[in-house]
Amino acid sequence: MGMRRVAVVGAGITKFMRRALETPKELAWLAAKAALDSAGMTLDQIQGVVHGTAPDAFDGLHMKGEYLADGSGGWKKPYLRCYVGGGTGVYAIAQGWFHVASGLFDTALVVCEEKMSTCLPHPQAAFLTIFDNITEQPLKPNLLWIFALEQNRYMARHGITVEEIARVSVKNKHNALGHPSAQLGAELTVKDVLASEIMAWPVHRLMVSPTSDGAAAVVLAAEDVAQRVTDKPVWVQGVGWCLDSTYWTNRDLYYPEYVEKAAWMAYKMAGIREPRKEINIAEPYDPFAYKELHHLEGLQLAPKGQAPKLLADGVFDRDGDLPVCPSGGLLGVGNPIAAAGTMKICELFWQLRGEAGARQVPGKPRRGVAQAWGDLMQVGTVVVMGTEQPA
Amino acid sequence: MPGRVAIIGVGCTPARATSPYQSFKELMFEAAQRAYLDAGLEAHEIESFVTCAEDLNEGLSIFDEYTPDQLGAVQKPMHTLAQEGLHGIADAVMQIQSGLVEVVAVEAHSKASNIRTPDWILDYAVDPVWNRPLGFNPHALAGLEMNLFLHETGITYDQCAHVTAKNRTNALRNPLAAYPAHTSPEDVARSPVAFHPLREIEMAQTADGCVVVVLASEDRARTREVKSQPVWVRGVGFANDSPTLESRDWIRAEYARIAAQMAYRQAGIHNPAREIHCFEVDDTYAYKELQHLVALGVYSRPGEAGRAAASGGTKPHGETPVNVSGGALGMGSTLEATGLYRVAELVAQLRGQAGPRQLPRATVGLAQSWRGVPTTSGAVVVLGSE
Repeated sequence: MGMRRVAVVGAGITKFMRRALETPKELAWLAAKAALDSAGMTLDQIQGVVHGTAPDAFDGLHMKGEYLADGSGGWKKPYLRCYVGGGTGVYAIAQGWFHVASGLFDTALVVCEEKMSTCLPHPQAAFLTIFDNITEQPLKPNLLWIFALEQNRYMARHGITVEEIARVSVKNKHNALGHPSAQLGAELTVKDVLASEIMAWPVHRLMVSPTSDGAAAVVLAAEDVAQRVTDKPVWVQGVGWCLDSTYWTNRDLYYPEYVEKAAWMAYKMAGIREPRKEINIAEPYDPFAYKELHHLEGLQLAPKGQAPKLLADGVFDRDGDLPVCPSGGLLGVGNPIAAAGTMKICELFWQLRGEAGARQVPGKPRRGVAQAWGDLMQVGTVVVMGTEQPA
Repeated sequence: MPGRVAIIGVGCTPARATSPYQSFKELMFEAAQRAYLDAGLEAHEIESFVTCAEDLNEGLSIFDEYTPDQLGAVQKPMHTLAQEGLHGIADAVMQIQSGLVEVVAVEAHSKASNIRTPDWILDYAVDPVWNRPLGFNPHALAGLEMNLFLHETGITYDQCAHVTAKNRTNALRNPLAAYPAHTSPEDVARSPVAFHPLREIEMAQTADGCVVVVLASEDRARTREVKSQPVWVRGVGFANDSPTLESRDWIRAEYARIAAQMAYRQAGIHNPAREIHCFEVDDTYAYKELQHLVALGVYSRPGEAGRAAASGGTKPHGETPVNVSGGALGMGSTLEATGLYRVAELVAQLRGQAGPRQLPRATVGLAQSWRGVPTTSGAVVVLGSE
């Protein structure tokens, strides 16, 4: 399309955990430094910094992006904090992409951070403030309830069982055992998942990602810089994002149309016509077990209602036909909101370079897609990355 | 700049101390309608949307949830920046120059009258480990900075008083302004000290309002359906100094200097005082206008900025007109929309539609924003009619 080519040339991540001793600034810097080190670059070579972090309420900070600026490396240089709720971690890569693709910057450092543990006794309380303060907050909703509604609708529409959805937790928590940053890797069976307590039917405790502290970062570079600093650039081939109406109660929750639109925006840019055949590896957003399946359908990687069957057939296993969340996903690695999305970008970077160690998917994958989701079941953000330079 | 970008539509609601008959969504709807009408576009022709907002000011977490419907952005690419409106302009310019989209709308608003305890909210922006336990009102940082700035530069209290008098008086001719008043430097001197040496009247008061700006690629800006006169974005820049109080530059407004350098590079500007005819500079606190003018390179020595303010050099008919709109002191500080109100003023000036405020030879203008205490975040946009 004649756009300036942009590559990911470095990635870094902190350990994801329940209560980190580091301050938010320190977490951001640990990830930023790791990403710079992996690119063999220093902060002076970074022209602009993009920061992503979700609600300010978690860290108890107003203008949290400003507070995190120096920790992220944004000191005496252009710095921006972008934001689409839970979708931020993947969206931030799109933001970094157009920083560089516009020609205004040759390099950009994208850092996403979240420290949820400072919100006491539990960050769930902060989520009450995401709901409409007139029509919804008086009902005292929480995330478990609304996602239980959505899972219920998804199951009812397609006749899907809770057992089928529990398999996602089994797969992802198993995959996470190979991830050095993981918070909740485990060997489980479907029976274990279903034996865990019901939080809000049909959501069981082991189908929910944990609350976490952590940060993740990547370095983006324009073509000429990328080829100078690394032999193995991973190209950003497509970016897409889409925000649906605020009025989530008016949506049919069985299918995420906004994810489909974001996906086609990214696929079109990447020249992808048949996603199922042209994508080798997927990192869809999985804060709840059913969301992985729901998002795979939105990403056009499974026909509507068919994702559970493909999962049961082993298609999405690490050595399957289309490995899904080989990282371990949010269910296994953890869910420091914005950082969790960027963790998926880091995973694609390592997988596509063949550097994923114990998690490496076989068969030299050439192209992957990462996706995140957020707000009131409302936003989809998609990035396609590959080893081949975009046209 | 690679690929030229133009502002093809601007819509504002007037800035007002309160807006009891409109919700923030209604303010956004009204400004958007005006902007789209100005551009001659329907909402569905806009490809991407940007809102600039901060959660705690809105009283809602993940505020971007509440943005799409009233702008016509449902199921479209839309994101929020937790930044000032001028950062939003820079964001839109980058989206267009990357080749991804051709038409972008940028929105920012203020419903500051809904915030019952603004200073307590602001306190949450202060470093929680080192500074917040000291228990000071964040505006005290501006008092401290002003004290050091005057001490180091030789600028006087009296020269700062002229800034407030000029801006509030300028606002008398701006129907969008919330706080116009006949004000003299003597009036300023009589105002009580709020945070020594900063006087109450030298601090911009908050106001409600909304601005939407529509930007387009050169190809789209030149099509027939765009009826408005395009105003070209000649340069954008944004930067942060250290957010940490202990390691920032307290005298020079480094963020504004770095942002201006970036924008000047793109615009090919070497002598801003001569090449730019109209400055809309952040004046959240009166002394900031002078500090920012120095950082923007308009005056090579700080003393000149002070003398120019006192001698009328920055008045509308002076050598370097600054804040003809009335600035934040006259229009009101509208949270993240403050910078976009300045862009609206520049667009009116450059199109020759500024009515009684019209400057005679305005073809290049500059808007600069700062996100207020305790931040060191600023942005600069240079616009031109050619």
